[in-house]
Amino acid sequence: MSAPSVAVEPREHYLNVDYGIRSWLLTTDHKRIGVLYMISITVMFFIGGLFATIIRLELMTPPGDLVTSDTYNKLFTMHGIVMVFFFLIPSVPAVIGNFVLPMMVGARDMAFPKINLLSWYLFVIGAGITLYAIVVGGVDTGWTFYTPFSTTYSNTYVFGSIVGILFAGFSSIFTGLNFIATIHKLRAPGLTWRRMQLFLWSNYATAVIMILGTPVVAISLILVAVERVWHIGIFNPALGGDPVLFQHLFWFYSHPAVYIMVLPAMGVISELVSTFSRKRVFGYEFVAAASIAIAVFGFLVWGHHMFVAGISIYSALLFSIMSYLVAIPSAVKVFNWTATLYKGAISYRTPMLYAFGFIGLFTIGGLTGLFLAALGVDIHVTDTYFVVAHFHYIMVGGTVMAYLGAIHYWWPKMFGRMYPEGWAKISAATIFVGFNVTFFPQFLLGYVGMPRRYHAYAPEFQVLNVMSTAGASILAVGYLLPLIYLIWSLRYGAIAPANPWGSTGLEWQTTSPPPTHNFEETPVVSEEAYAYDKHPEMEFVA
Amino acid sequence: MSHSTEAAAVRHPALQVPYRDFDQQRETATLGMFVFLLTELMMFGGLFCGYLVYRTLYFPSFLEGSRHMDLTIGAVNTAVLICSSLTMALGVKAAQQGRGRAIVFYMVITLLFGCTFLALKGVEYYQHWHAREVPGFGFEFVSQVAGVDPRRVQLFFALYFLMTGLHALHMLIGIGLVTGILIYAHKGHFTEAYHNPVENVGLYWHFVDLVWIYLFPLLYLISRTHT
Repeated sequence: MSAPSVAVEPREHYLNVDYGIRSWLLTTDHKRIGVLYMISITVMFFIGGLFATIIRLELMTPPGDLVTSDTYNKLFTMHGIVMVFFFLIPSVPAVIGNFVLPMMVGARDMAFPKINLLSWYLFVIGAGITLYAIVVGGVDTGWTFYTPFSTTYSNTYVFGSIVGILFAGFSSIFTGLNFIATIHKLRAPGLTWRRMQLFLWSNYATAVIMILGTPVVAISLILVAVERVWHIGIFNPALGGDPVLFQHLFWFYSHPAVYIMVLPAMGVISELVSTFSRKRVFGYEFVAAASIAIAVFGFLVWGHHMFVAGISIYSALLFSIMSYLVAIPSAVKVFNWTATLYKGAISYRTPMLYAFGFIGLFTIGGLTGLFLAALGVDIHVTDTYFVVAHFHYIMVGGTVMAYLGAIHYWWPKMFGRMYPEGWAKISAATIFVGFNVTFFPQFLLGYVGMPRRYHAYAPEFQVLNVMSTAGASILAVGYLLPLIYLIWSLRYGAIAPANPWGSTGLEWQTTSPPPTHNFEETPVVSEEAYAYDKHPEMEFVA
Repeated sequence: MSHSTEAAAVRHPALQVPYRDFDQQRETATLGMFVFLLTELMMFGGLFCGYLVYRTLYFPSFLEGSRHMDLTIGAVNTAVLICSSLTMALGVKAAQQGRGRAIVFYMVITLLFGCTFLALKGVEYYQHWHAREVPGFGFEFVSQVAGVDPRRVQLFFALYFLMTGLHALHMLIGIGLVTGILIYAHKGHFTEAYHNPVENVGLYWHFVDLVWIYLFPLLYLISRTHT
C-alpha cells in the first residue's frame, strides 16, 4: 500500500450528503432546488420542442397536409405556453440563479429556503395541470389568450391552462421575492452593492419585474377564467366589456416578461465575457445601471404590442418612443461586452462561444425590435413571420444561448465534473448554425407578407420555409447533443477542480461541488468584482 | 475572532439557517413581507385599474349599481376593520415587549373583529343574491333611469364581487394567520428577541384593512348626493 496510511474520506458536499428521494423532495438547499428546477424545465423544453417540430414539419409544404388547422392552432399555442411560462421564464433565474446567487453573495442559503422549495412545487403543480390540459385536448387561443376568443368562443381547455399558468406565476413571484431579500440582506461582509457581480444586478432587476408584473397577469387571467365560467362580460363587447382592456392588462406583464427572460441571460453573458477574456467588465457601473434601466423602461412600453388594436395615435406615439428608449440600455450592454473583449486574453471555451452567439444574435433581435417599435413598419409586419423571427432571435438566440452557456460554465461547480469540451464546441456550433438557418428566413418571409399562425401558405413562400425546417432539424441535433454528453459527464467526465476557469467570482471560491452551506467559513470581500488585473495568479486549470 | 466558533455556537431553534442573528432574520423577514405586499398591491391594482376604466366609461350605470350597496353595513364594516387594525397594532407592540398573554388577548379581539366583518359581508352577499344582483347566477336588473344599461350595471356588480371577494379571501387567510399566532403565543413561543411572525402577520393584516379603506369609497360612495 503506497497510498497514505489514512484512507481518504470522500469530502461531504451537497450531492452526497444524502441520497434518499425524500432528501431531494423535502430539501431546502438552494443548490438542490436549482437542480430540481433544471430537471423540470428540461422536460418542459423537450415537450415544447416536440410541438415546434410538428409545426416545422407542417410548414414544409404550402397546403395544410400534416395536421388540421384546429390542431395547428393548438400546436403553436401549446408551444408558446410551454416555452414561455415553463421554460424561458424559469430558465436562467430558477436554475442558474437558484444555484449560484446565494453563493455569489456569500450566503449559506436563500433568505427564505422553504419558500424557495414551495416555489418549485408550485411550478411542478402548474406544469402538471398545464400538461393535463394539453393531454386531454389542448388549447388553441395562442399563448396570449386574447379575449373575447378565449372567454367566449374557444371550446378548448382554456381554464385548465390558465390555472396551470397561475401556479407557475406564483412560483416565479416567490423566486423573485427570495432574490430581492437575499441580495438586500444576506450579502457577505464587505460585499457592497458596487462590488456585486453583474449577474446579481441583472437578477435583482429581473426579480423586481417578477414581483411587480406577475400579479397583474395573474389577475387578468383570473378575470378571463371568471368570465369564461360565469359568462360575465368583463372583456366581451357583446356584454358591455372591452377586449382592449385585456390586452393592456396582459401586456403590462407580458412585455416586461420579455425582460424577465433576457435580463438574467445578460447577467450570464457579463460573467462569461469577463471570465474568458480575463478582464473586468468595461464600464461596470453602466452595465449594472442598464439592468435597472431596462426593468424600469420595460414597464412603460407594453402598448407597442397593440399598435393595430385601435389605441389612440398619441398613446401609440408615446409607446413607440419609450420602446426606442429601451434600446439604449440594451445597446450599452452590447457595446460594453464588446469593449471588454478589447485587449483581453480571450479563450474560446464553450461558454464563451455561447456568449459570442448571444451577443450577435441578441443584436439582430434587438435591432429588428426597433423596426417593430416604429409605428409605420410595425403595421406593415404585424402578425407576420417577421415578428416571429424577431422574438425568437431574442428568446432562443439570446436566452437559450445564455442558458446553455451558463449550464456549461457552472457545470463543474454544480456536479464536480467537466463536460467534454470537444463535443460541447461541436454542439455550440451546430446550435448557432441551426438557429440562423431556422429563423433568418423567417425575417424574409415576414417582410414579404407571410402571416403567422396559419398552417397553410402561398406556394411562393415554400423555399424559405423548407430552409427554416431544415435549420430546425440541425437545431434539434444541437439541443440533443448536450442532453447526452452532459448526462454522460456526470459519471465519466473529468473531475473538476474548485475553480476550473480561474474566475474571481465568489461562487468559485468554494469547493466543487459545494458543501451544503456553501462555504466552510463566511467569506469576506475586500475588492471589486472581476479584479483580474490584481490576480495574475488566477489561471485556467482545466 | 475565529469563524469556526460560529458553527459550533449553539443556535436558537427559531434562528433559521441563512442568518447570523435574530436582527438579520427579522430585518429580512420584514423586507420579504413588504415585497410580498407589493405583489399583492399590484394584484389588487390590476382590478382597481379595470374598475376605474369602466367606471369612467360607464359612469351612469356604475352610479346606479353603487346605489344598490348597503351603505350602513359597509360603514359599520369599515369601522370594524379600523378597530381591528388598532388591536393588531397593540398586539404587535405587546410582542415587541415580550408580553405573551397580552398578545393572546389582542389576537382574540382582532379575530372577533375579523369574523364580524366576514359575517356582515356574508349578510350583504345574501341580500344581493336575494335581489338577483349576482352576475352569472340569474342576474336581473331593470332600470328606468336614462343612460343606464343593465349589461353595464352587471359589469359593476361583477367587479364588486371580484374585488370584495378577493378581499374577503384575504381576510379569511388573515384570520387563519392570526389564529396561528394566537396558538403560538399561547404556547409562549414569542420573546423580545424573536417575534417577527407577529410583526409580519400584523403587516399583512394592516394591508388587507387598507385595501378595504379604498374599496369602500370606490364601490359604495360614488355619489350619494344627487338622486
